Amino acid sequence: MSVAVIVAVGCAGALLGIAAGYWLPPHGRLPARDRPQGDHRRILLPFTGEEISRRSFEAAVRLAKAENAIIMPAFLARVPMNLPLETALPVQCARGMPLLEAIEQRAASQGVPVDSRVARGRTARDALRKLLEQEQFDRIIVSADEDPRAGLSYEDLRWMLDRVPAEILILRPAPQDTRRISVEIVKGHF
Amino acid sequence: MVATADHSRGRLKVFIGMAAGAGKTYRMLLEGDAELQAGRDVVIGLLETHGRAETARVAEGLPIVPRRRVRYRETVLEEMDLPAILRRAPELCLIDELAHTNAPGTEHTKRHEDVEAVLAAGIDVLSTLNVQHLESLNDHITELSGIRVRETIPDAILARADEVVLIDLTPEALLERLRAGKIYPSERIDAALNNFFKIENLSALREVALRQVAEEVGAKRLTTELVGSREESLAADAPHAVGERLLALVEPEPSAQRLVRRAWRSAQRLGAGLDLLWVRVPGRQLSEDEHRSLVALRQLASVLGARMIEEESDDLTAAVVEVALRRGITYILVGSSRPARGLARLRAPLPQRLMARLPGVDVRIVADRSQRANGASLESQ
Repeated sequence: MSVAVIVAVGCAGALLGIAAGYWLPPHGRLPARDRPQGDHRRILLPFTGEEISRRSFEAAVRLAKAENAIIMPAFLARVPMNLPLETALPVQCARGMPLLEAIEQRAASQGVPVDSRVARGRTARDALRKLLEQEQFDRIIVSADEDPRAGLSYEDLRWMLDRVPAEILILRPAPQDTRRISVEIVKGHF
Repeated sequence: MVATADHSRGRLKVFIGMAAGAGKTYRMLLEGDAELQAGRDVVIGLLETHGRAETARVAEGLPIVPRRRVRYRETVLEEMDLPAILRRAPELCLIDELAHTNAPGTEHTKRHEDVEAVLAAGIDVLSTLNVQHLESLNDHITELSGIRVRETIPDAILARADEVVLIDLTPEALLERLRAGKIYPSERIDAALNNFFKIENLSALREVALRQVAEEVGAKRLTTELVGSREESLAADAPHAVGERLLALVEPEPSAQRLVRRAWRSAQRLGAGLDLLWVRVPGRQLSEDEHRSLVALRQLASVLGARMIEEESDDLTAAVVEVALRRGITYILVGSSRPARGLARLRAPLPQRLMARLPGVDVRIVADRSQRANGASLESQ
């Protein structure tokens, strides 16, 4: 085989490769750095209100950095008993979505990847149970808040300790620690 | 007054309120009576008094086109007699409860379609509507009130109305009317007070109704300003622009959640519907993480009240264009693209390709604000 043929075959191959790069849909392949990684640990950060304790969030960030983990903030929406479970919940979402945005922005600014979730159920516990049925998490971080309206009650926390097959970190902020992650920190018009 | 392109068509005026008992029908009848006194040929096409004496009293003196009887499964139902109204051909027809669903066997499924037929015959129409019957507000109001309204009408019907009049009163005044037996008979008052007629429900509904009418007024003003100018062709399209619909292009990956949240907020501000579109390459297998992301996206769409559309295609642009045309999309949101490689650098980016093939549709690239360099403190106390 002559050198010319080898060069021609080489050129044709190169052209073919370039053409394939042009014609193949860009969403068909992902750059290596963007490909989903299956070996990340997953830290669930569930919440129900318009703010979460800064202490819980910072604990999640520290652990995520140490373990190369993804933080998964999850908004738990409650469906009133007189509505079907599949009901859209725009009013609750108007409170929960900005907080998801705030958590995601803040975590990302600290170099921690975030993958958000939304779950709904008759109660916060029911929503959390449904989420845990769908996905597995390595660790769950929750804030034990004195205010029962804040979301997960002590009973819910006890239920988690009994039933959930994951490491559970329950943080009770000191009474004087009023720092919160809230929608106030969202950048932009969101 | 809004100029209309078709002068032979009748004019539609809708009285909208936050709930039953606000006084929409009463006000409609008063205006009908005033028109009658002014010498116009006015008839009542359909009136629902719900046994309210005040309403029945003000209807006295207005000619009525009798209802017709429609047999359905051994039951005889009374419905508006559309053929009789068209034969009678008045100048102005009063048709109550625009969102009503007709009995099977009539000309149209919904009363607003009957109203369209009356308008098309050159007859002006006065009608009434509760705000919870608007399709785009249905999920919102269901969550607020805990009651899902089954009879809804497309928002475009209201957008096409020549005039929209809000019949407003405070929730306290409405409850007072309810307790005084002016809305429902005495045996239904307690049930109403315990269910729908709660102060928090009424306050929320009132806010929704006020906002809705304010947005309608804004849209109408835009149309009016354009009519008669060089931009008459734009004016013809302006009412359609009221019915915004957003499309967010997603992929099963974590960043899609942010894009969807941003799209949803935009849709909320515009009072628009939201569709999510994932174009899947045929034969592509999802990784475990992608599958999880897809499930999470579907869940997010459902909770937000958005519609998740999944299409299979090798040609992303063509698939998006097809869906956008099919769904009447006015606004497309895309995430920031990955850098192109090879000869793909020579190809126009997706937003430009979409703008070229979808003239008149806005395309917005959603930035990742968490990546934006910013000296502002993120600290929150």
